[in-house]
Amino acid sequence: MRVKLFDRELKKGSAELLILSLIEHRPRHGYEISKLIEQRSDGVLKFNVASFYPLLYRLEKRGFISGRWVEKAGQRRRRYYQLTAQGRTVLKEQRSSWADFVNAINRITGEEHA
Amino acid sequence: MSFAEWFSSLRVRTRALFHRERAGQEIDDELRDHLEQQIAENLAAGMPAEEARTQALRALGGITQIREQCVEAKRFNAAEDFVEDLRYGLRQLRRNPGFSALALLCLILGIGANAAVFSWLEGVLFRPYPMVAHQERLVALAGTSRGESGATEIAWPDLLVVRESCTQCEAVFVSKITSSTLNIGARAEVTVGSIVSANYFEAIGVRPALGRGFEPSEEIGSNGHPVVVISNQLWRRRFHGDPNIVGKVQRLNNVPHTIIGVAPAGFYGTFVGWAMQFWVPASMEETFESGGYKLEDRGARWVEAYARLKPGVTRAQAQEEVSAIAVRLEREYPATNRGRGMRLWPLWATPFNNAGTLLPTLEIMIVVVAFVLLIACANVANLLLVRSFGRRQEMTVRLALGASRVRLLKQLLTETLILAALGTGGGLLVAWLSRHALVLLLPARSGVSMYLPGEIDWRVMMLNAGICLAVTLMVGLVPALQTRELQLADALRSEASAVVGARGRAWMRSGMIVFQVALSFILLVGAALLMESLEKIRTTSPGFSTTSVVQTGVSLVAAGYDAPRARDFQDELMDRVRAMPGVESAAYARLSPLGNGSYSSTPIAVDGYDVPLVDQPTVEYNQVGPDYFATLGIGLLTGREFTRNDNENAPLVAIVNRTMAVRFWRGEDPIGRRVKIKGGWARMVGVAADAKYESMREDPKPFFYVPLRQDFARGPVLYVRTTQPVRAVAEALVSQVHALDANVALYELLTLQEQVNRSTSPQLVAVTLVSLLGGLAVILAAVGLYGVISYSVAQSRRELGLRMALGADGPRLLRMVIGRGLRLTGAGILLGAAAGFVLTRMLGKLLFNVSPHDPVAFGSALAAMTIIAIAACLLPAWRATRINPTQVLRS
Repeated sequence: MRVKLFDRELKKGSAELLILSLIEHRPRHGYEISKLIEQRSDGVLKFNVASFYPLLYRLEKRGFISGRWVEKAGQRRRRYYQLTAQGRTVLKEQRSSWADFVNAINRITGEEHA
Repeated sequence: MSFAEWFSSLRVRTRALFHRERAGQEIDDELRDHLEQQIAENLAAGMPAEEARTQALRALGGITQIREQCVEAKRFNAAEDFVEDLRYGLRQLRRNPGFSALALLCLILGIGANAAVFSWLEGVLFRPYPMVAHQERLVALAGTSRGESGATEIAWPDLLVVRESCTQCEAVFVSKITSSTLNIGARAEVTVGSIVSANYFEAIGVRPALGRGFEPSEEIGSNGHPVVVISNQLWRRRFHGDPNIVGKVQRLNNVPHTIIGVAPAGFYGTFVGWAMQFWVPASMEETFESGGYKLEDRGARWVEAYARLKPGVTRAQAQEEVSAIAVRLEREYPATNRGRGMRLWPLWATPFNNAGTLLPTLEIMIVVVAFVLLIACANVANLLLVRSFGRRQEMTVRLALGASRVRLLKQLLTETLILAALGTGGGLLVAWLSRHALVLLLPARSGVSMYLPGEIDWRVMMLNAGICLAVTLMVGLVPALQTRELQLADALRSEASAVVGARGRAWMRSGMIVFQVALSFILLVGAALLMESLEKIRTTSPGFSTTSVVQTGVSLVAAGYDAPRARDFQDELMDRVRAMPGVESAAYARLSPLGNGSYSSTPIAVDGYDVPLVDQPTVEYNQVGPDYFATLGIGLLTGREFTRNDNENAPLVAIVNRTMAVRFWRGEDPIGRRVKIKGGWARMVGVAADAKYESMREDPKPFFYVPLRQDFARGPVLYVRTTQPVRAVAEALVSQVHALDANVALYELLTLQEQVNRSTSPQLVAVTLVSLLGGLAVILAAVGLYGVISYSVAQSRRELGLRMALGADGPRLLRMVIGRGLRLTGAGILLGAAAGFVLTRMLGKLLFNVSPHDPVAFGSALAAMTIIAIAACLLPAWRATRINPTQVLRS
């Protein structure tokens, strides 16, 4: 119940970080990224398509990621996204900010020792 | 962001803008791929095909909404919004043709006037010499004389010193205007050209289209190199574009000159306003100027020169060096160079051509056209404001549907930008069409081809682009800011603003009308002051007769007459002229009053007060023949005129003017006293009344006269006092001259009144331009007033109908509407009068015997403005009385 209360706000704040981190090491297509978010979070985080793809396009417009169509034999063409150099910098900054944020929350909400 | 990433980002945005369909297709492909993968996953999980598809679609959500959001996410928002606003704005203009035409007309006239004046400034002052290279580093070089304002000419030997010594100058060259008789068979024609230094064409970076320029040796010696470069105009007109013209011979001033080159088309020389027809080297100076061989005479000042500074050198730096050279020359040659300096002038203030003449006028024009533009902008702003008030509902509904105020603001500014851009385009067209108009304002001169083109180059374009942006902001912000105050509930109200009675927003419209009226009033006052001044100049006595006297000259220098032959010719001609029917008297003089030439000047010493040369005052003088004072109508206060006996064999004599007599003899009769002139003592034989010598605006100054025979000039001016019409005199004179020598041409014949008028042409130009533009401004202000009152009457029909229903009659409504208009006008006049008190001081240089605060000028402007305001309000007021109250109240 508590997770659901903050679900929307947390998702909003972390969406960019999640997407950028998932394509840090290799390019992935949109479906793969959305599924990985769901799988690796054990179903806690799930983006609906109506907000996911617009976010991808906004990241691309801002220059953090770049998309490329790949056509393989016997397959519909598929758009793969990878990080740009600026995206890597932004990812590093967001990771650091997120870590600081989580540590700060933990420090406040952690159990007090007698 | 690296350049590659920025470029990639830009590519994404512009692809979305210009390849919308493809962008949409890509979104569709990606969503379809997502759906198919979801279906495949569901099938792999064991769902039946139909259920797998249904579940996948359910998980995806509404495809259409998703697609819209994806399209929105890919948009290049700023650009797409702008394109949409552009389309909408153009539609709005098409739907309101009356408003659009009026607004565009105001902007085209306002911006066009600015563009025209700036193109004149560019073409006349800053880059006045077409095809001449590096004019931004070109300065004029002229002499100065201690104790006198203004510029003088320079001696050739001094110029050579500057040319050799000045390390800050890349080139120093001479370009002295002269005239010549072009001898074509027995027919002689006077035309205008330049005496130049040999490095002229090289220094200005102009290569002749045919042949060559001059060589260094061709500027040395006395009449040793009779060669000429002719203008392209002359080549085509007189020689029909003969391709074999180089090497042919043309008589100039009766001396055969070999044509060595033809100037390129589009090159008119280096004299603002006049198109030079030929160029001869300095060694031929004696052929074209009187006064003998001057190239080795340091006391003979005749040179007008230019210098091109080295890159990076400022005029001040070069001036330091040139001044030092002048000081050195003064020390080394005190007899000729005492009190003489040299000065570098910016091109736009060149003292020896028309640029300096036009400068005061063009300075005022900048202010005037700025006023016109402000009035035009205020007009358009008012029109937009009134129109935006009528669009309140539209704006409010858009706000209700989710548009942000910023979005509305951007749209309104875009609409204004369209107007401003179209106005700028139209304005540039107006400027281009009127780029040659300036020359129409200068008096024509016989034998001179006038050329005063405006220059519409990238500087003028950039300036107009800047004006366009400024206009957009000035005009568009006012109504756009109104969107901040829009409330949703306003959409439900149908009330309109009233003409009478104060409403919150009406202050802005009223304020702009007041502003326009104020500016127009200032312009009207300026025009009235200039007209008064011109009238005063024209009615001020120049000290000589302006009626019944004509002046001309004969080209004896041009015809190759030496001094003895010239004397004989002059005597014979004078006898013939005096015998002509209707001629009361005739006389010669070296220079004409109020003409273009420079009077001779000399240090003088008064008998009994012989002081060292260094302390002697310098006074100007003219060389005149017998009967000069009687012919020109200059009063002789005491003494006598010169006679034929006052010749080269007789003792030196002089006649002084009243100011000189008072200054140097302190009221005592100077007759019989002596004055030292150019080293020789002359006895005073007369005192003449003061006259105007160089300008109608000058104050009385010391001046004297010497007999022409004792200081001879081969080509003097001939004056004839006659009762005959000018044309008859001209024909008779030509006949008399040709009877003596068919090769001698008569110079332009004009009356002394025309001479006076020409000397006041700068004032005439100023009056014409300020009156035209002032009139334009007043019309714009009147149109603005009409438009606002008219629209407001239309908006307040209901209220007016109500008043009529309650008993207000036609005359009362007329008074209300006109009264409102007059109150606005009155406020504007008060504001304009206050500002005018300060601003009219700018006219100082152009005013003569008229105070900048002259009450007659202010009163005339007040009357004119009031009449125009009443006229502007009359039609809307009459329309108000035609309202049918029953119809209006029912609607």
